[in-house]
Amino acid sequence: MSTARPRRRLPATLVLGIVLLSLAAGLALLSLVWLPFELSDTSGGRLEGPSARHLLGTDTFGRDLFSWTMVGTRIALLIGAGAATIALVLGLAVGLLAAFAPGWLDDATSSFLDVLIAFPTLLLAMLVVAVRSPSTTSALLSIGIASSAVVARLSRILAKRVLNEQFVTAARTSGTSWPRIVLVHLLPNMWQTLVVNIALLFGIAVITEAGLSYLGLGVPPPNASLGRLLQEAQATVLSAPLGAIAPGVVIVVIVLGANMLADGLRAHFDPALARNR
Amino acid sequence: MAFDHVSFRYPRARANALDDVSFQLAAGTSLGIVGESGSGKTTILQILLGLRAATAGTMLFDGTPLDPRSRRQMRAVRRRVQPVFQDPYSSLDPRQRVGRIVAEPVISLGLERGRAQVEERARAALSDVGLDADAGDRYPAEFSGGQRQRIAIARALVTGPEVLVADEPVSALDVATRIEVLELLRRLQATRGLTVVMVSHDISAVAALCPETLVLKDGHVVEHGPTLELVREPREAYTRRLIDAIPRLPSEVT
Amino acid sequence: MSALVTAEALVTVADLGIATRGDAVVQLVRGVSFAVAEGERLGVVGESGSGKTITALAITGLLPGAMTVTGSIDLAGTQVVGAPEGRLRPVRGRDVAMVFQEPLTALDPLMRVGRQVAEPLRRHRHLRGAALDGAVRAALEEVALPSDERILRAFPHELSGGQRQRIALAMALACNPRLLIADEPTTALDVTVQAEILDLVARVVAERRMALLFVTHDIGVIVRVATRLIVMRGGEIVEEGPADEVIRHPRHPYTRTLVDGARLLDRALDRGHLGGGGISS
Repeated sequence: MSTARPRRRLPATLVLGIVLLSLAAGLALLSLVWLPFELSDTSGGRLEGPSARHLLGTDTFGRDLFSWTMVGTRIALLIGAGAATIALVLGLAVGLLAAFAPGWLDDATSSFLDVLIAFPTLLLAMLVVAVRSPSTTSALLSIGIASSAVVARLSRILAKRVLNEQFVTAARTSGTSWPRIVLVHLLPNMWQTLVVNIALLFGIAVITEAGLSYLGLGVPPPNASLGRLLQEAQATVLSAPLGAIAPGVVIVVIVLGANMLADGLRAHFDPALARNR
Repeated sequence: MAFDHVSFRYPRARANALDDVSFQLAAGTSLGIVGESGSGKTTILQILLGLRAATAGTMLFDGTPLDPRSRRQMRAVRRRVQPVFQDPYSSLDPRQRVGRIVAEPVISLGLERGRAQVEERARAALSDVGLDADAGDRYPAEFSGGQRQRIAIARALVTGPEVLVADEPVSALDVATRIEVLELLRRLQATRGLTVVMVSHDISAVAALCPETLVLKDGHVVEHGPTLELVREPREAYTRRLIDAIPRLPSEVT
Repeated sequence: MSALVTAEALVTVADLGIATRGDAVVQLVRGVSFAVAEGERLGVVGESGSGKTITALAITGLLPGAMTVTGSIDLAGTQVVGAPEGRLRPVRGRDVAMVFQEPLTALDPLMRVGRQVAEPLRRHRHLRGAALDGAVRAALEEVALPSDERILRAFPHELSGGQRQRIALAMALACNPRLLIADEPTTALDVTVQAEILDLVARVVAERRMALLFVTHDIGVIVRVATRLIVMRGGEIVEEGPADEVIRHPRHPYTRTLVDGARLLDRALDRGHLGGGGISS
């Protein structure tokens, strides 16, 4: 790919993705310093519509929907980012080890990973949560571990592809030690593809977290979670739809933003691919 | 350098990739190793570069047997024996600047202290192969195949080696570029007393640089002698086949 | 540019221009005109970047999408430039077939080789069952491959480079095209295999009275195969004429450089060194 760079315009999807995610992030950050109402405040009347005091109205317990949505956004982004990081670190480590491992171990690991990937992330996450009790840490760990198999498989393939290149052999004859080769040659040739996949994974993590919370296995009360908000709003969705729409829209914005970010990054890194439609 | 009854078998292979290969390489002379794919020439290369260990027999460097597992020994040898690979598009890390690529052996073998000295070595090597000083700031993608091969040669020269082990160094290049690179290697042989070991399936390239040639078939040495003699009067049928296969030009009409 | 436009010209290329589309428009081929007569063997010589491969691809209508093509390519009566895929598909295989440099990319890695050869035979000659089997074996025999089960059931990566190229050739011949385009078919092969494949191509083309368009950068190779030559540089034709003439008495300075270079290497075999002060450039 060309590295003589006249400053290229960033792809539209990339910009859009960043904008959407920034909106969500802005809301989340805001929630750290200011909330219209405390989460425990149940002073509003039950299931009120939007008003000047309660921007999105109230829920069945009289709590301010807007405040709850803000905090829910924060939790969603936190767990999404945390799980993505865990998946990256764990997956990259396993993938690299497999790439360097002797044939039989590599094949065994690869098959094992394939089996894990066959399971939906939500299912795997549920299994892990079942071992521990639901908490923020459980949610983080479970989703992170569940997602790491995909990263591991990808890292393994990328690493093997780079290891096959003659410049790695050249590094060995230059006397470069293996750890340095990984740092200086392997990772720099892998990171772009990994980052694109991590962006996608982030979106999946957010959905999985919402799913876990919806099922009651995510972050427990009194912590807010978009999934649990959805679950609580289910009973009254016809009379007070905002209770379901608000968390739903936030989830859509985050996941759409993540997907567009991933797509935009891919187009930015490898414009040749984008052109050959 | 020498091979003393060297054999090599890949793990789980049915037969030896190399079988009882022996030859000697004196300083200042260059050797061509010729054979088809699967003849074992790549394996010889890997053993010469310390990337693999012979499964039988020994490789000697300066009279001492070489053990690729000994890091200390390998570090000393690597300074003196450097490779040039076949594919100029795969042998340079696309994500590194050329200067850093050329400097890698100096850095990894700890030959210089201080960034300025390292950069100076790289710059000198680049200029030795006929590239500008500012080439070091650019990326491999900005160079042509022939220029990339020069960069690879610069990287091989930066440690001041005595032996250059070249794997089909010009096979991937156009005819005109082939000549440039061969002439560069020729010049280096003359000015630096460089020993070149060139592995190839193309005898014409070998003939341009190596006065002595070894012919390899299925892991055995079938013929070994002065290149010109080999070309004019090959003793083995296999060698004759290799030579006859070379597309020759119609003679000029004067 | 002189164009050998005779009544029997199989392919007539007139003022061909190919440029990339998009942010940076690069003119890859400019004002190229030439013709190939029935049964003629034309060589296209040039270095990388000369536009020779892309010109060959243009004749088959197989250019990557992001290209603008101007000019005219008349292939046995069909205008290729600007033709929709529907009009080109029947032409490929029947009028023109192509063999590429790297058979690993031209062959389906997941399909057994026997089946890959059978495919075009089935589609174009409408053969089935025993007749199809017979045709496959005949195809393999024609390219000097043993038509035993081992080869038929092998996957491409299980065969040697030379064998793969023979399979690719068999597939190209399956529809009995009037023109065979070979793009550096021997560059990735060992010298001995190269010679075999070149002889094979020459024999097959002569036996079937096909026209041949052979693209390469190696002058030594082209001399064995082509009777007429076109030399390309920077997207343009700089010289053309009978192969022997062009090699013995190159007129254009660029052609002279190419030939001199080839001679230097050729002579190295006799002399043991490159000799001379390099090539005139």
